[in-house]
Amino acid sequence: MNNFTFQKAGSVNEAVTASTTKRSRIIAGGTNLVDLMKYRVENPEEVIDITRLALDKIELLEDGGMRLGALATNADTAYHAEVAHNYPILAEAILSGASAQLRNKATDGGNLMQRTRCYYFYDTATPCNKREPGSGCSAINGFNRIHAILGTSESCIATHPSDMCVALAALDAQVNVTGEDGERTIDFLDFHRLPGDHPEKDNNLNPGDVITSIDLPNKGFKSHFEYLKVRDRESYAFALVSVAAALELEGDTIKDIRVALGGVAHKPWRIPAAEKECIGKPANEETFKNLAEKLLAGAKGFGDNDFKIPLAHKAIVRALTTAKLKTEK
Amino acid sequence: MNSAEKTKSVKGGPPKLHQVTLKINNKEETLTISPQTTLLDALRNYLNYTGTKKGCDHGQCGACTVLVDGKNVNSCLCLAVMHDDVEITTIEGLGTPEKLHPMQEAFIKHDAYQCGYCTPGQICSAVAMVDRGKGNDPEEIRDLMSGNLCRCGAYTNIYKAVKEVKDQSSFKDQLS
Repeated sequence: MNNFTFQKAGSVNEAVTASTTKRSRIIAGGTNLVDLMKYRVENPEEVIDITRLALDKIELLEDGGMRLGALATNADTAYHAEVAHNYPILAEAILSGASAQLRNKATDGGNLMQRTRCYYFYDTATPCNKREPGSGCSAINGFNRIHAILGTSESCIATHPSDMCVALAALDAQVNVTGEDGERTIDFLDFHRLPGDHPEKDNNLNPGDVITSIDLPNKGFKSHFEYLKVRDRESYAFALVSVAAALELEGDTIKDIRVALGGVAHKPWRIPAAEKECIGKPANEETFKNLAEKLLAGAKGFGDNDFKIPLAHKAIVRALTTAKLKTEK
Repeated sequence: MNSAEKTKSVKGGPPKLHQVTLKINNKEETLTISPQTTLLDALRNYLNYTGTKKGCDHGQCGACTVLVDGKNVNSCLCLAVMHDDVEITTIEGLGTPEKLHPMQEAFIKHDAYQCGYCTPGQICSAVAMVDRGKGNDPEEIRDLMSGNLCRCGAYTNIYKAVKEVKDQSSFKDQLS
């Protein structure tokens, strides 16, 4: 690790002020940041510890939704009785990611902020536009089995590695942030961004922004849901393709539908307009296949990851079929 | 350029040291350390709790697993300066040679190791899982233990040891 100064923030505003400089990093669970610092991918001059702030509560909101404190751990969130009951797709997604040790330490806010696991991003001996803007992308013509097939750019084909975020995208969560200009709320689909010409920016936060909580709307899709994660080993592996599928049914007719994909893009991949077209249609294979095609329109492989396109197609149909067949709770 | 010079050119001086008091196995230990020091290095290098092992040093193998407030975490990914208000338990705090923890006894009984390097981490993860009331079916046990790799491949016997303690614990819960 490089030499850095360390301070503990006593309030959210103190954290905001301290983290406005470009070379500072906020630390909470630290499971990704400390690792990246050991690899010298992250070299902050200042590290600001926010774990003393009272942001670890998980609470019910008046509108029937829930608020997840940014410092609640992934494990405490997934095992929280009301989260598990009201948002089983979120609990399943969280528990499908990482290991018990990492989930015990990693926070919900930090989960949103984790960086890609692109091997070239981690390897400081190789060019990477995300790590060093303008240096080039080693993955496009390199080993790209784990890389993106949607929303890529000539600068970057990295994926966002989170499982939790895929479920949060499907649930239409919102992220509460405090920054230099006060508090604001960001819709989950607007939180992360596509790489474009600035892959060094994973999300739309400004310097100094501190995530304080994540809000879940009251609609949890607790009857018909599935988090399907396809990966190289059964546990403790990142998704090659993952699908958060949720349905609200009236008989066999689709009343509401959500599908978010992980492992395929720089952010959780969702197309709300394509979902809307399914409303009123029968929940059957034809509808699911059509939706899969729309979600994967324009998908492009880079050689090693070509398999992800048919895999994602089949995974979407399977996840929706499993969600449909779930017995009403 | 040697490493000391490199550090100097980056930041213009040595790291600022922090005084931190860690509570390890119910004993308070005060250290003066740089903020880069991981909990793992503080335990092993400065405090001689060498039961906790360094494997990959990147949170992938689980050899460094300790309990923080009863929960298993990778100590290699923890900065020691951030852990002054928690209870840390290492393998040395779970049992003694005279009075082993039931999980340690089960590992011996089932021959749940070969080289033994991953064992302290395996035992910390297993104890945390049972204490949290998790591991209620074979799949969940395997999943919650998947953050602890065993290069000798003693998984079958590790599973047997953990399952036996879990079953005893569930039986006790039913009686109480």
